[in-house]
Amino acid sequence: MPASSPPRLNATAGWNEALLAALPPASGPLAAVQQRGRRGLSGLPLPGRRLEAWRFTSLDALAGLDPALLVPTAAAVPSLPAVSSLPAAAAGVVRLVLDGQRDPLAGLALPPGLSPLSPAELELLLGRSLEDNGCRDHWPVLLNQAAAAQVLALRVQGAVAPLLELVSDAGPGAALLPLRLLLVLEEGASLSLLQVHRSAGANLTSLVLEAHLGRAARLQHSLLASGDPRAVLLGHLAICQEPDSELQLTTATGGWGLMRLEPRLLQSQGGASSCLRSLQLVRGEQLADTHSQVVFGGAEGRLDQVHKVVADEAGRSVFNGAVRVPRVAQRTDASQLSRSLLLSDRARVDSKPELEIVADDVRCAHGATISRLQDDELFYLQSRGIGAEQAARLLLRGYCQEILRHLPAAAAAWQPLPLLLGDPLDR
Amino acid sequence: MIRPEAPLLLEIRDLHARVEDQPILHGVNLSIRAGEIHAVMGRNGSGKSTLSKLLAGHPAYSVTAGTVLYRGEDLLALEPEQRARIGLFLGFQYPIEIPGVSNLEFLRVATNSRRLERGEEELDTFAFEDLVRERLQVVQMDPAFLDRSVNEGFSGGEKKRNEILQMALLEPLVAILDETDSGLDIDALRIVAAGVNQLAGPDNATLLITHYQRLLDAITPDFVHVMAQGRILRSGGKELALELEQRGYDWVDQALPALEVV
Repeated sequence: MPASSPPRLNATAGWNEALLAALPPASGPLAAVQQRGRRGLSGLPLPGRRLEAWRFTSLDALAGLDPALLVPTAAAVPSLPAVSSLPAAAAGVVRLVLDGQRDPLAGLALPPGLSPLSPAELELLLGRSLEDNGCRDHWPVLLNQAAAAQVLALRVQGAVAPLLELVSDAGPGAALLPLRLLLVLEEGASLSLLQVHRSAGANLTSLVLEAHLGRAARLQHSLLASGDPRAVLLGHLAICQEPDSELQLTTATGGWGLMRLEPRLLQSQGGASSCLRSLQLVRGEQLADTHSQVVFGGAEGRLDQVHKVVADEAGRSVFNGAVRVPRVAQRTDASQLSRSLLLSDRARVDSKPELEIVADDVRCAHGATISRLQDDELFYLQSRGIGAEQAARLLLRGYCQEILRHLPAAAAAWQPLPLLLGDPLDR
Repeated sequence: MIRPEAPLLLEIRDLHARVEDQPILHGVNLSIRAGEIHAVMGRNGSGKSTLSKLLAGHPAYSVTAGTVLYRGEDLLALEPEQRARIGLFLGFQYPIEIPGVSNLEFLRVATNSRRLERGEEELDTFAFEDLVRERLQVVQMDPAFLDRSVNEGFSGGEKKRNEILQMALLEPLVAILDETDSGLDIDALRIVAAGVNQLAGPDNATLLITHYQRLLDAITPDFVHVMAQGRILRSGGKELALELEQRGYDWVDQALPALEVV
């Protein structure tokens, strides 16, 4: 923060209480969850820098969001984004638009293999992955629980052919958009899921996703989130994997004033395969924080994690990658790589691998690099007639593409690269 | 092809250069006319690669004295990209891998930069694909390499073929090939050399930087220059390379004490 800025001490004091006061009474299918969340939030201070997990991540950006304004009155339920403002869904895509208020399944025929969970199943399963991943009482989760009136809860059986696309757009206005998702993949099921979250104003998107992957289930899960410098995105992805299941999680985020994403993953008995790839971009005064955690609850689990950062201008990026390999998790094969590209002297990157390895027969590798664009790469491109500026853009694109190329082909409709870089790159 | 009346493409006069604080070139003189193939030979550290990188504009090297004229224009005043656009090409000894950047896109952007400089229209994706597929034949390269990232995971031979493919697309007037033969097996050397021979013509010139005679068995030079301690010690015809092959670089070393190194 520049020295000339006014002191913002306690800028967010009372924020929780103000939000709780503005929320409508608990009701609907999630009434009990709402009450639980509200009890949890009440009297709880916002996480501050004294907490290790929030040491580098200030929630000051919330001070710019008036809690009362975020919660719509019944008369002013945010409207669904106009269909015309969304790119046409590609062939083979089932798109659900989430506004946090209405049932996204209303009037829709789900493709074979996808079905909504019953209320009884919901009661049994909702919150379980959060619990197993130890984040049920995290402040962003409590916030979501307190506010979310809807949950999209789906069972996946067999191989679901279409890509499931979940889209939210907080739009330009003040809004709290609480999104709650639950996916249960049965044994041998497979699903490709693309979440797209957008914002264009001073609002808060709160996302909590739980996924349970049964034996030999496969989930290709992608999240593309492009925000606004005034917007906040708080996301928890709590995933449990049974043996022989395979998770490919690719996240790409950029443009949010404040973004905190917490992918938390438990291989309940080990023996599963997890691949986490993420790209986070910050510029201006933006702050993006990824706190990931992977826990191996049994032997022979595999993890391949790559976290990439582009930090420009006065942007700040935080990465904390926890990997826990207890004694039962023998023959775990895990690797974590964090790569940060600094494009400005004012940008700041804090990157921390946190490997806790108790088992003795494991392969756990980690690496972290922070660098600028490589001179030899720039010169190679220049020596082919490509101007320095264009060469730098090509290299930046290439750096991002290493992650973005793992998004499903249908994600191309969202033009991920220009969306995240906010820059017409095809010049 | 030696034609004394052919236009002078590159004229290096008394070139001195350093990298960081280390002087490397101590007065290089070399003139290259259209149609000619020159070979510069010499031991490691003799300054061959420095000369090639410096001509291409590598920022690590600074010229301390001398001039380089490209078709009469001051080459050293130009940015690396501008040198490439007006027809200077450096084939890298170690081509750089650029993950995430598609080879096809890289080749298209580079080709269009050169085309614009020549007053030609830029090629769109489709027109460029037609062109690149035709030029792939010069180096017998599998089109699958177009869809990969630039040089990423390419073998040594594939990288060198990709260099010659770039040369085929950019159609340079002066091509400097820095140890293009290094890391090549016999078959790859034959293909790369055939590509260079196919691209050499009366209007362009080639400067081969090499250690070995074997490249010169495949590409016949009009002139051979021997470099040592940052200058060209001796120049001659193709027979000079054979003499060097027979007598070894010790023969060059014997001539060195007579030199006054500045």
